[in-house]
Amino acid sequence: MSLLPDFALVLFLLMAAVWTVAARDRRDSVIGFIVVGLLLSLAWIRLNSVDVALTEAAVGGGATGLLLLRACARLGPIETEGAHPQLPLRILTGVLCAVVAAALATIVLFPIEPAPTLAPAAAAHMSELGLGNPVTVVLLAYRAIDTLLEKVVLVLALIGVWALTPDLLWGGAPGSLRAQQSSGPLTFLAQVLPPVGIVIGVYLIWNGADRPGGTFQGGTVLAAMWLLVMMADLREPPEIRLHKLRQLVVFGPVVFLVAGFAGFWIANGFLSYPPDFAKPIIVLVEAALALSIAVILGMLVAGPAARAPR
Amino acid sequence: MNVLVDAFTIASVSAGMFFFLAGTVGLLRFPDTLTRLHALTKADNLGFGLIVLGLLPQSPDVASGVKLVVVWLLVQLAGASASQLIAQFASKGGPPA
Amino acid sequence: MISSTALYGLCAAGLVAIGLYGLVLHPTPLRKVIAFNLLGSGTFIFFGVAARRGAAAGLLADPVPQAMVITGIVVAFAATAVAVALLLRLAESGGSTLDPGAPDPQDDRPS
Repeated sequence: MSLLPDFALVLFLLMAAVWTVAARDRRDSVIGFIVVGLLLSLAWIRLNSVDVALTEAAVGGGATGLLLLRACARLGPIETEGAHPQLPLRILTGVLCAVVAAALATIVLFPIEPAPTLAPAAAAHMSELGLGNPVTVVLLAYRAIDTLLEKVVLVLALIGVWALTPDLLWGGAPGSLRAQQSSGPLTFLAQVLPPVGIVIGVYLIWNGADRPGGTFQGGTVLAAMWLLVMMADLREPPEIRLHKLRQLVVFGPVVFLVAGFAGFWIANGFLSYPPDFAKPIIVLVEAALALSIAVILGMLVAGPAARAPR
Repeated sequence: MNVLVDAFTIASVSAGMFFFLAGTVGLLRFPDTLTRLHALTKADNLGFGLIVLGLLPQSPDVASGVKLVVVWLLVQLAGASASQLIAQFASKGGPPA
Repeated sequence: MISSTALYGLCAAGLVAIGLYGLVLHPTPLRKVIAFNLLGSGTFIFFGVAARRGAAAGLLADPVPQAMVITGIVVAFAATAVAVALLLRLAESGGSTLDPGAPDPQDDRPS
């Protein structure tokens, strides 16, 4: 009986996924993907991973959905070229995918007992760091090097997107995000929501130290507010040659690196924190990272420069 | 006292669920975009409001209760704006061919 | 009776299979990107199942897989952004998939 909601959720998830792949129209497929993202965040809550649920809702459903919808609008109405595969090939692929699913299902149904876990190891030193959220502890203390490299990946992705700018337009602003027709309700929303959204974003970042939330979730909410303002045409996307923009992009990773190297003489080595000051340092690094994440996510959605620099 | 509070929660949340159900049926059964939006926004805002109202006495402290109300207000704002946008889009002839 | 973690594990297997099918068979690049994201989401759910099964020491779920998935979701988004930018640029330069009637991306409306 208690599994009934889970069965329903899994059923809806799989149906939405099938719709995403089977939909004829590209836009329908993207909408299906957004639905999958939102249902996935519910699944994460059922798996007791609230931090991941927040990230999935914000990044997986929200930001990726916006990115894909924008791509849909810029591609033609129906992409028809590329022959649809023949029936025998489809059946063969279906069988192969079913085999993959069956193999994975076997692993799931006959798991290793007892379940491997690092939770006791993670819980053991949490009190020394003064943080209450174990996921934040793993992200910014135990496996800080992963998080640092991930920030570098984000910066590299932005450089990669910017590098696709045509030569003549280099340094200019990305194409406008505004809707085709200006719309009163959208402008209203973009004027009312950002102050609230910024408070919620900062709250998520601050809260992340002790409860679910954190840098990514808060940073994505901040990015969403910025994108909303750009979509309502209250602000244009900035030119990518601006020094201030580029400094904001690298600000978080640089603060993280400085804190990491400072570990050599105030603690035991790279990315280690002195026990008494661990929490202030982590919160400072998180705040800087969130700012950079907001700017990077916003500019990733905006895309490469599409207008000549003024 | 506790029994009364729980009974209030159950009644209010059940009423909210009923409005959600009605809104969903309307979304599926009504003939065009505008009437569907009407069913969805009216029923969902009210249904969600009733659920929040029912959960308020169960919140452990004032801060949680305020958060619930803020969530309700944000959903109202987002739902109203999104349905306005969809309605505008629909009244201008739907998606580009 | 099936346990809830096994149920979500089966869901993850289904998502991986559906995503893989779309990735292999869809002829157009944007649909491949979407299918690849589905496949990735299925993989992340496996991490979630591992985290849920690893609940111990007073924690409701093992934080290590959770942290890895959070990192993974963000990296997947970054990769998707690069892929979408690439395919839009491809469409613009080849002109084969871009609708001539679509709003011109190179507009420079004075602001």
